[in-house]
Amino acid sequence: MIEPIKPPRRKNPLLRTRLPASPPRPRSRTSHGFTRAAAEGRFMLQRCEACGAFAYPAREACPSCLSSGLTFVDAPRRGMLLSEATARVPSDVYFRERAPWRIGLVRMDCGPTIVAHLHADCVEGAPVRMSLQLDKSGQAVAFAHPEGETPNMADDKQWREMTADPKFRRVLVTNGRSVIGQEAVAALKAAGARTVFVGVAEPWRPFAGEKLLRGQDGIEIVTLDAADEKSAADLAADIGGKVDILVNTTEYVRPGGLLDRRGTSIARDEIDQAYLGFINLAQAFGLAMRMRGADGINNSAAWVNILSVYALSNWPAFGAYSASQAACLSLSHCLRAELRPGGVRVMNLFTGPVDTEWFQTVPPPKVAPRAIAQAIVSGLKGGLEEMYVGDVAEEIRQRLAANPKALERELDR
Amino acid sequence: MQGNNLLELAGAISSGAVRVVDLTFTLSPDFPVIVLPPEFGQAAPVRIQEISRYDGRGPAWYWNNITFGEHTGTHFDAPIHWFTGKNLPNNAVDTMPAKDMIAPACVIDCSAQAAQDPDFLLTVPLVEAWEAKHGRIPERNWVLLRTDWSKKGWRDYSNLGDDGAHTPGPNPDVMKWLVEERGIIGFGTETIGTDAGQAGHFEPPYPAHHFLHGGGRYGLQCLCNLDQLPATGAVIVASPLKIQNGSGSPLRVIALVSST
Repeated sequence: MIEPIKPPRRKNPLLRTRLPASPPRPRSRTSHGFTRAAAEGRFMLQRCEACGAFAYPAREACPSCLSSGLTFVDAPRRGMLLSEATARVPSDVYFRERAPWRIGLVRMDCGPTIVAHLHADCVEGAPVRMSLQLDKSGQAVAFAHPEGETPNMADDKQWREMTADPKFRRVLVTNGRSVIGQEAVAALKAAGARTVFVGVAEPWRPFAGEKLLRGQDGIEIVTLDAADEKSAADLAADIGGKVDILVNTTEYVRPGGLLDRRGTSIARDEIDQAYLGFINLAQAFGLAMRMRGADGINNSAAWVNILSVYALSNWPAFGAYSASQAACLSLSHCLRAELRPGGVRVMNLFTGPVDTEWFQTVPPPKVAPRAIAQAIVSGLKGGLEEMYVGDVAEEIRQRLAANPKALERELDR
Repeated sequence: MQGNNLLELAGAISSGAVRVVDLTFTLSPDFPVIVLPPEFGQAAPVRIQEISRYDGRGPAWYWNNITFGEHTGTHFDAPIHWFTGKNLPNNAVDTMPAKDMIAPACVIDCSAQAAQDPDFLLTVPLVEAWEAKHGRIPERNWVLLRTDWSKKGWRDYSNLGDDGAHTPGPNPDVMKWLVEERGIIGFGTETIGTDAGQAGHFEPPYPAHHFLHGGGRYGLQCLCNLDQLPATGAVIVASPLKIQNGSGSPLRVIALVSST
């Protein structure tokens, strides 16, 4: 039975803010198969191609038949908690600060036995549901959940370390002028965010939905033009220490590739908004977020980017836009590495064309802005790192994995 | 004019007998820019990026990189800006005669009317009424339209509705008349653009741009402090950046005003 977490009190200014510690990082290259699965919220184990046995931990040869043909596949999540242990005074700084910490041995229905972090409602001898999670080091760990729903289960102390639940956290949605931004604000508020700061560039320019944002409890409109270095820095001077989750909803979509455009001014705007805007936001907010990674219930926890799936493979109809998104994708990996010491996650949401004005002539299926907003919340609650929202994004991902060259040719239409 | 008169002027500026009024807004990223439909090319906004500020990037010095469109902030329009002036000689900011950068101004105060009606338009009869009081507008003078628009907050300043901007400006007749009958050197406003907010619907569209630049004359916009100028007698110094083949530029506009 888990006590619900309480809204955090204001900080005691007499106390030092605790610096984030990290759980152990080293992993074998093979075991990054788990990292990939955890990043996408999948549960994968190695399975022997010869005898079909599942294996754990990651191995180079099948423990049953010694075949080297081990492949990561989606695996059944059900298991049984054989035994549990509570570490009361661990030697590792990260766990010592969070002790007591429960771990256990889970016997999977599909065979192997796994050492897992335990949700507080898991009991010995009872069935559990397993997931792979990214811990504060960004490395995959096994996590055991009770099989059914239990009261306040998302408030479990160990589970919250694996996620970036918006509950009681303060969120900055960087662009509130867009439908995606406004849907994100509503979804995050509904998910229990204490305050949602909403960035609005060029406040002298009216925009649709403005009335809905104004005057709502827990929603604060702030002036933010991410592409303007000073604007980002000025806002960070005001609220940089209060941003626990940053949702980068920068949106600058223009059609066209190289030859059917004249000059570089649109490309420059694309880079200005998407890429330099990203840098400005990171430089303004990143340091404080990294430093506040262990700052109580509402510690800084995540940075969210919404990227076009065409960051992965260029779509010539929106070719220059695709390139600006590819630049942001690359930058997100850099940011992820740089935020890692603070335990702050960087989650990328990939979408296909969204049902917004600039994709007007693109035929369906298109992603509803609300679906993106809901994915942001579910990704934060699940502690994910990569999400593919909508059919197009998922399809591009699969086709890219199957044959990048075929995808390149087929996008050229 | 003899050299000692210029020294007298310098002395008068130094002593305060001639006031120097700054008619310029600070060039900053948050200043509103002209809004065009998004499918058109857009003016790059003002961006100021620090190169160093007495730090590791440059320990003893502070400086910035700046970028902006030619038509941002308080700015100057050259004849080449509009299709009507595209074939005129010396029609860009780098080739225009330097002597055109200094000229007297007639200031027409329409602040009362603009306060009542954001779509207020300057007309020939209104200018004639002004002339009845202050005398005929001399050739090669600036005509500055005072509306006190520069005193508004940015939202009211740009005053965008779902049918476009609503800001005061000249009607087509008065622009043609000022250029052809009065031979003005240029027309200046406090608003974003020499034309009214709704001027795209006029005949011809954007008459200030159409007639001014077609006649080889200049535009000044986003001016402030026009309320500190007398109706006549102020001298405007407006020298745009010498941008190669430039259509305009942000600039520092000052007015010299005799205190006596």
